[in-house]
Amino acid sequence: MSGNDAYIQISDISKHFGAVKAVDSVNFSIASGEFFSLLGSSGCGKTTLLRLLAGFEAPTKGEVYIDGAPMSQVAPHKRPTNMVFQNYAIFPHLNVEANLAYGLRYDKIEKSEMNKRVEEALEMVQLAGYGKRRSNELSGGQRQRVALARALIKRPKVLLLDEPLGALDKKLREEMQLELRALQEAVGITFIFVTHDQEEALTLSDRIAVMARGQTLQIASPKELYNNPVSVEVAEFIGQMNFVNASVVDVKSGKAVLETAGLGKITASTSKSFVQKGNDIVVAIRPEQLSLRDKPARGQHGVKGTMKTSAYLGDRSHVYVSVEGREQALAVSAQEGTGSVGGLDRGSDVYVTWSDEALILLPH
Amino acid sequence: MSEPSYIDRPNRPLYAYAMFYLAFLYIPILFLPLFSFNDSTYIAFPLKGFTFEWYEQMFSDAPMGAALVNSLKVGAVASVFATLLGVFAAKAVTRYHIPGKRPIVFVIMLPLVVPGILLGVALLILMKQIGVQLSLITVTIGHILICVPFAMATLIPRFEGFDKSMEEASADLGANAISTFWRVTLPMVLPGIIASMLLCFTISFDEFIIAFMLNGSEKTLPIHIFSQLRFPARLPPVLALGSAIIAISFVVVFFSQWLRRYGVDDKPSLGI
Repeated sequence: MSGNDAYIQISDISKHFGAVKAVDSVNFSIASGEFFSLLGSSGCGKTTLLRLLAGFEAPTKGEVYIDGAPMSQVAPHKRPTNMVFQNYAIFPHLNVEANLAYGLRYDKIEKSEMNKRVEEALEMVQLAGYGKRRSNELSGGQRQRVALARALIKRPKVLLLDEPLGALDKKLREEMQLELRALQEAVGITFIFVTHDQEEALTLSDRIAVMARGQTLQIASPKELYNNPVSVEVAEFIGQMNFVNASVVDVKSGKAVLETAGLGKITASTSKSFVQKGNDIVVAIRPEQLSLRDKPARGQHGVKGTMKTSAYLGDRSHVYVSVEGREQALAVSAQEGTGSVGGLDRGSDVYVTWSDEALILLPH
Repeated sequence: MSEPSYIDRPNRPLYAYAMFYLAFLYIPILFLPLFSFNDSTYIAFPLKGFTFEWYEQMFSDAPMGAALVNSLKVGAVASVFATLLGVFAAKAVTRYHIPGKRPIVFVIMLPLVVPGILLGVALLILMKQIGVQLSLITVTIGHILICVPFAMATLIPRFEGFDKSMEEASADLGANAISTFWRVTLPMVLPGIIASMLLCFTISFDEFIIAFMLNGSEKTLPIHIFSQLRFPARLPPVLALGSAIIAISFVVVFFSQWLRRYGVDDKPSLGI
C-alpha cells in the first residue's frame, strides 16, 4: 500500500431498487494502488456497489469520492474509472485494435501516440499480433485480456473488475489470477475487484470487503479475515470451519472457561468484549487446526469421537469425526502420508485434539 | 452411413403435406408470369404462343410508369421514417425503464391487427377534418403508421440480441450518449435497420386499401392496376409488370430475412 490511504472514499452510500436495499449504508475507504476485493454471494450488493463507482447507477443516498472529488454528478464517461465487464463487452463489430483504441479518441491524443499505446497495450496483455482479429475469433482468456487492455489503455485512476475470471475454466483462471496480480503491481493502479470466489479474493487482494445483504460484514486483509473473522457469517464464507455452540462459564484474566456442545469443558484465551459470564457464544476451529490421534495426547485438549467418513483432496484429506453431543461431524484436515490417519478405518475410535490458540471465539 | 436418429427419420405423409402446401401457396402466383408471356389479350387457357409484347408495352405505358414511380417514392419515404421511429421506440422499450411500457408497446403494435379498411377510413376522416389535401403525402403518412409495428417487430429482437453492457462499456471508455449511439448501438443494429427498411418498403409498395382511401390525383401502383382491370386490353402489360415485381420482391424479402438473422450470434446462419 502506498500513497493516499483514502484515495477512494465511499461515504454512507445506499442504493435501493424499489423496496430492495441492494447497497445499504456502506462506508469505507480504499488506498491508492491497493488491490481491493468485494466478496460475497450473489445478490449481496457487490456488483451494484461497483456500478455505483462506475457511474452506471446513481446512489439513493451517500457519495463516492475519488481522489477527493465527489462523483455523484459526474457521468460515467467523465469518471476517472474504467471497467472490465463480466462478459467482457468487447465490441463485436470492431477488431481488437479498434476495441483498444475506442476510448482513446476521447482523450484527445495524436494518432501516432494512439497507435503506440495500442501496441504497448497488446504487448502488456501478451496479445501482440492479434490486433486484426475480431472478438469471435478469440478464446475466452484472450477476450478477457482484450477487455483488460481496453480499460487499462485509458490509464484510469481506478480499474473496476466485475468477476472478470468467472467465465474461465479453473486452470486458466488460476493463471489469469497470477497475471492480474503481477499486472496490478506493474501499473500501480487501484484495482477494485468483484468476486464470489473466496479463494480468488484471498489470492489476489491486499484487502477484502465481505458483503451480505447490501452491507459490509468485515473489511480486512486476507490473513486477518482467515484467522480473525468477526462473525459466524464471515467465518462461514471464508474457507472451511467447524462451529461449536458454547456458553461462557467463567472469565478470569484473559482466560475463558466454556461449556461446549460436544467438546466438553474447554478454556480459551480471549479479550473480546462479548465473552462475558453467562453469554452464549460460538467457537470456530479450522479443520487444519485439529489433529487426529489414536490415544489422548498429554497436555492438549481433546475429545473422543468416531471416524465417520473422509474426503480425499489429493494433498490432504478431510476426515469427518462424529462426537457425542453434536449433530454435525467435526471436519479434521489430515496431511496425506503422515500416518496419523493411515491405520484408521470408518467406525474406529479416534481422539481429536487442538491447541488453545486455534480457537476463534465469535458472537452468537 | 449410420441409421438416421429417431428425430431425423423421414416421414412420407408429412413430405406430401409440405409439397401440397407449397403448391397451394405458389402455383396461383405462377399464373402471372405464365400469362405475361402469352400471345393473347384474353387471360384464359389454352395458351396461344410466346411473346415479349406485353413487356414492351409495359415500358411504353406512361400512366403505369408514373404510378410505379409514385409507389417507389412513397415506399422509400415510408420505410425510412417508419424504421427511424422504430429504432427510437425499440431502443426505448428495450433499454429504459418506462412506466407503462407494456401498454405503450401494445398501442404501437395495434395497427398490425386493426383492419386496414378501418384505419383507412379513420385516417380519411381525420385528414378531411383537419383540412389536409389528399395526396401522396397522406398515403405516405398512412403507410408509416402501418409500417412502424413491422419495423418494431424487426428491430426489438436486434436490440434485445445485444448486451446493454456494450453501451455501458462505450460510456465507460469516454463516449457520451450520442457518440455511443453512433459508434456502438447503430453498427450493432444496422442489419436490423436494413431488414426493417426492406420489409417496410415491400409493405408500402403493395398496400392497397389505405392508399385507395388517402390518395389524391396521383395514384400508386396497386391502385393503378386495380383501375386497369376494367379494360381487358390493358391488362397484359400489368401482368408483365406484376411478374417483374414478384421477382424483385422475392429477392428483397429473402435478403431482408437473411440480414435479420445475420450476425445475431457467432454461428454463421445463412438459412432462413
